Amino acid sequence: MSDGNELAGKLQAAWRRARGIAVDIDALRPLSSGASSNTFAFEAVASGLHERCILQLDAGGESFVSALSKSEQARAQQAAFAAGVRTPEVLLCVGADDGLADGFVSRFVDGETLGKRIVGDSRYADARRALPQQCAQALAGIHALDADALAFLPLRTATTQIAELAARHRHYGENLPVFEAAFAWLAGHPPPARAPCVIHGDFRTGNLLVDDDGLAAVLDWELAHRGDAMEDLGWLCMRSWRFGRDDLPVGGFGRRAELHEHYERASGTAVDPAAVHFWELLGTLKWGVICQWFAHRRLRGELRHLEPAVIGRRVSEVELQLLDLLEGRGP
Amino acid sequence: MNRFANRPHHDELAAALRESLRTLIARLDGTARFELRVALNAFEILEREAAYGDAPADAERERLAALLAQDGSLDELRGELCARLRDGRASPDDPALLTTLRAGVLARLAIDQPDFKSLPLSGDRP
Repeated sequence: MSDGNELAGKLQAAWRRARGIAVDIDALRPLSSGASSNTFAFEAVASGLHERCILQLDAGGESFVSALSKSEQARAQQAAFAAGVRTPEVLLCVGADDGLADGFVSRFVDGETLGKRIVGDSRYADARRALPQQCAQALAGIHALDADALAFLPLRTATTQIAELAARHRHYGENLPVFEAAFAWLAGHPPPARAPCVIHGDFRTGNLLVDDDGLAAVLDWELAHRGDAMEDLGWLCMRSWRFGRDDLPVGGFGRRAELHEHYERASGTAVDPAAVHFWELLGTLKWGVICQWFAHRRLRGELRHLEPAVIGRRVSEVELQLLDLLEGRGP
Repeated sequence: MNRFANRPHHDELAAALRESLRTLIARLDGTARFELRVALNAFEILEREAAYGDAPADAERERLAALLAQDGSLDELRGELCARLRDGRASPDDPALLTTLRAGVLARLAIDQPDFKSLPLSGDRP
């Protein structure tokens, strides 16, 4: 409890510094701790103010690709919020000056993130009907952000991503012919060059906060970068985020034609289905190399739990997904 | 199945362990429940792998030898196929290559995750 009091005191001081008012910090509680973030919920209370908030602090863990710092993540998220994208408003950034890890406070938004419930529960039937259009609009909004104003976002093209993945994969020293076939296919089918725009980078079921009306907020901006708009569309369609609804390629809730049509209407940009397919295949390969990354960190003893070892055995699932994509199977 | 050890035999002891883990999982919640489910999953992978024995590796070696028209150990043949895919001597569009790879992947999935199925052909993909 004293840890909680100490954190509350630091938050109170940070709030006064950043927003110029004294608030009480109530109901502070940890929500989750992951490799990259420790997340807390709290309420900021003053006369005329009662704000439910989320605090995310850097957890110092290793991430697969160089993720954004929390303050960069906050800048990207706030730019999206200011442009009207449904994402939690950033209220203040915190850091060393506050005696805290790098982090930020955002407004709490209520909803569900568990993929299985979003794609399956009858409660979300109306939400599922609304989600393809809402996701298309959110993506169009993100892709229309001023990339020059967010120039700190790393540029990640197809070429740089393939090179990064290949280096990772070969470093593990496992000969996986299916992965090599995927690398060879990607090298032979590069998408046409497009002007780089702001990409969310992890726009998928699981990172979408959903309520009864559909998309309430886009979360987890730590993989935001600049690149090909089609990347976000391909990533959203990966089988790994369908949570069993393999017949509905868009996040387990929608069809490709709906997503593409709404995206074109919202963005004024034509969808290139071949490029979306390319990025879906690249994303699937990336997930496969991430499975290897978990397994090898466990094998080196950097991780101690059983789960990363078992994740290594999900490589075969990814191999089948890659073959399905190479053979044009699936909806 | 090895009948050298006393009762319960391998499969009987495995069944008792599986039942015990399932009972514990039903009693637990939160992180402990999740971790035990992962443990049960790992145990079932090991059981399937033991039951298949050397047959999947032998079959894979023979398939690769036929595809590559050369002999070698499984590791050597996998390495050779990867090398050919990297330098363009093998193509990811070759139906014979894809058929060979698919057979190997399905055999691995039979160990790792037998419920994970291939998607049907067709659909509204471009």
